[in-house]
Amino acid sequence: MSDVLLKIRDLKIEGRSDETWNPIINGVSLDLKKGEVLGMIGESGAGKSTVGLAAMGYTRDGVRISNGTIEFDGIDLVRASAAVKRGLLGKRIAYVAQSAAASFNPAHKLMDQHTEGPVQHGVASRKESEADGIELYRRLRLPNPEEIGFRYPHQVSGGQLQRAMTAMAMACRPDLIIFDEPTTALDVTTQIEVLASIRDIVEQFNTSAIYITHDLAVVAQMADKIKVLLKGDEVEEADTRTMLSAPKEEYTKSLWAVRSFERPTKPAINVSATPVVSIQNVTAAYGTVDVLHDVSFDIHAGRTVAVVGESGSGKSTTARCITGLLPPRIGHIEFDGTPLPLSYKQRNKDQLRQAQMIYQMADTALNPRKSIGETIGRPVEFYMGLKGREKRKRVEELLAEIELEPTEYFNRLPSELSGGQKQRIGIARALAAEPKFIICDEVTSALDQLVAEGILRLLAKLQDELGLSYMFITHDLATVRSIADEVIVMKEGEVVEQGPKKEMFTPPHHPYTDLLLSSVPEMDPDWLDNLLRERGVDNLGDAAVDKM
Amino acid sequence: MTALIWIIGGLLVMLAIAWGFRSAAQKATDNKPYFRDMPLGVAFGYVLATAAIIFSLWYFFQPKDVDGVPQAGVIFFRWAVMGLLMAAAAAWVFRTIFRNVGTEGSKKLFRSMPLTAAFGVMIIIAYAIVSIFAGFIAPYGQEEILANANIVAGGDPALGGNPEFPLGTDQIGRDILSRLIYGAQNTVGIAFITTCLAFLLGGTLGFLAATLGGWLDQLLSRMVDAMMAIPALIFALLLMTIATAWAGSEAWLVTIYMILIIALIDSTRVFRLSRAVGQNIVVMDYIEAAKLRGEGLGYLIFREMLPNALAPLLAEFGLRFCFVFLTIASLSFLGVGIQPPKADWGTMVRDLSQFINFASFAPNVAITPLLAAGAIALLTVAVNFVVDWMLHKSSGLKE
Repeated sequence: MSDVLLKIRDLKIEGRSDETWNPIINGVSLDLKKGEVLGMIGESGAGKSTVGLAAMGYTRDGVRISNGTIEFDGIDLVRASAAVKRGLLGKRIAYVAQSAAASFNPAHKLMDQHTEGPVQHGVASRKESEADGIELYRRLRLPNPEEIGFRYPHQVSGGQLQRAMTAMAMACRPDLIIFDEPTTALDVTTQIEVLASIRDIVEQFNTSAIYITHDLAVVAQMADKIKVLLKGDEVEEADTRTMLSAPKEEYTKSLWAVRSFERPTKPAINVSATPVVSIQNVTAAYGTVDVLHDVSFDIHAGRTVAVVGESGSGKSTTARCITGLLPPRIGHIEFDGTPLPLSYKQRNKDQLRQAQMIYQMADTALNPRKSIGETIGRPVEFYMGLKGREKRKRVEELLAEIELEPTEYFNRLPSELSGGQKQRIGIARALAAEPKFIICDEVTSALDQLVAEGILRLLAKLQDELGLSYMFITHDLATVRSIADEVIVMKEGEVVEQGPKKEMFTPPHHPYTDLLLSSVPEMDPDWLDNLLRERGVDNLGDAAVDKM
Repeated sequence: MTALIWIIGGLLVMLAIAWGFRSAAQKATDNKPYFRDMPLGVAFGYVLATAAIIFSLWYFFQPKDVDGVPQAGVIFFRWAVMGLLMAAAAAWVFRTIFRNVGTEGSKKLFRSMPLTAAFGVMIIIAYAIVSIFAGFIAPYGQEEILANANIVAGGDPALGGNPEFPLGTDQIGRDILSRLIYGAQNTVGIAFITTCLAFLLGGTLGFLAATLGGWLDQLLSRMVDAMMAIPALIFALLLMTIATAWAGSEAWLVTIYMILIIALIDSTRVFRLSRAVGQNIVVMDYIEAAKLRGEGLGYLIFREMLPNALAPLLAEFGLRFCFVFLTIASLSFLGVGIQPPKADWGTMVRDLSQFINFASFAPNVAITPLLAAGAIALLTVAVNFVVDWMLHKSSGLKE
């Protein structure tokens, strides 16, 4: 027998919608040898997850394999009976999902869930599997390996949960693990430790893996070879180093080039000018717990201030204070030199109009029952008092401004738009109020890289044309690099460091900024190794943050 | 004891047949995945269903009477089967017509409609027409005393019926068909008004509680909890007794009070639902965006939230309508609902209920009290079919 573990040939998958079967995957083939890691990248909707699941002989409801073969260690998974698959899944093929928090059963302790597979498959007794679980937790460098398994999922952090899930996948020592975007929902600093531990454990047990992600830099660290998918088609496949240095196809090159967008540096701020928004000594609390401590910064006209930090650092809370959703306990916010009422309820229409917001999740930011025309038309009518034909004309202007064909999109519902288009509508709604200042709350983090770049370019263009000021909340330093003028680093509700972008990206840094910067994966396949050598294995992520 | 042995024995035989059926099918189809992965329970289900169909067919063709004694079971079973088949056929014809007639939108709607929903829509339309035009359709007035009591339905003189009154006359000689038609107007009309009122009250307060939260939410919710703690029918009866005393001899006032009381009691359930639905919507970013825009409460509730809550609320409207309708029928049956001489279905069931005892020897006499009950049941089933379909549609919309 050859050493090929998984062999997929000409796989075609169809999904059912509108009463017909539509192709999702049009002929993907792959070979995976023992101990090899295949990175699968592509935009959302490219079919990465569908192929990943099909490698386990599984399809989601309403989806079927219409053609091709999937051979796992000589077993044809397309034709295998349910009983045969039951014997394989969990035991020889395992799956690690994107959101560990949503995939663990919140009602059972981690260890109970960990041991279920081995016990059910008859691989080990409960006791053996428990001991093995603790050993795996140790190898994955989870804190308190002896004890952590006896907690409930909500009692451990997101990064730890993701590693516990990897441990669970390893519980039966499978030959193949499918990782479906395991670090996408994590902070950069947490991501590192998960990446490092996944890679270690896969190497230690000589496990094959398919690593699905949309982040090129991540895949560069993890995979031996990379396959690029686009809308269900295979674009190209090559060895990781070859792929990174010399991509063949146009599409791959465009993916590689995404991070090249960077705006020219603007002249220094005139310090004597009145800032558009000035946050002064703001301390805010949820209930009785202070979550922001004495935060102060200014945002000047025509500037973009990027606020970076991990989740929980108080970025979004600062935004809520500015909009007045969470009135600060101490301190106040000035707009154009005059103090704003603390709560949005006490602000007048003009004060509300001047500060607009664009949300992270365009799905929940747009009313699904309102057409695009209505959504954008409402602020036009509400603030500007335009009605009928004038209103329609203004909405069409706005649509043109966000680079969508006015007549085509006017009557559409949000469900008929792609993620990037929805985000553009969110921008148009903010613009409709003709504000001076816009808060962009993680506007690109839910989008694919190519689409996100388009949104960033659009925001930059609008700023140049309309002289807008942005407060740009993000955890992605690549985004900061491309769009920001000034950077504010936050940690645990405090401003750690602030200054012009150029200063921030050149040493010396505040140690926390340094940690953040060095944690951003780079497209260099050796980056993770170098970083681990520099920091030492025990000084990653949470541990490093805690030591500060 | 013997019956038990028969039942257990029968089930075991069927289980054996199911096992045989599955392995035979596996052999015959060369292990097609469908049969290969079929659990024994599913195979058993097939066998059980086949047995039930065979039994029904056999029972359907049993003689109607043996030695001059009518076999009530066989007769009612035949009526039920034929009624079901006719209903299905009528619904199919109805759907086929509207798939080809009407605007593009309505044609498309009927093309995606299952037969059950088409049946429901058909029945609801029929009821609406009958209740709106009751005065033109009914051959006699609802209060007219016309002839001697003759409850034999069918109008066949050979069986003792009177051709002038196709469904017979009740104990004091009023035409049952006319009363059924007027009953549609009274019962369905009042139920519709009551349900609308309940939704207006419960829906508005529920959304208000969800949006504002805080002490208002606490106050309203605890009041609703307290009201829901009292069994609905008993509460309604209690209030109706008081209302009847207040109304004195004014029969129409009793009806108004009944509408208000049932609307109030049912609005608690609507409040619960709209509050829960509202709370899910109110946390959405688009509501936050509207708040930050400076929109008022009215716009938030009616323009931003209501369109998104419409699907569950409409479904609840259908169900609630059935319950209100049944409550009115029960109250009338107990004598505190719609007051005589107005015709309503609940009262008709009560007045004619003793004839149900004739079922075993004169099935066509026993049918009379069942007519009104059947009218209630038919509408309830129809509304539920439509509601199921709407729920299915709205759940599909989310994906």
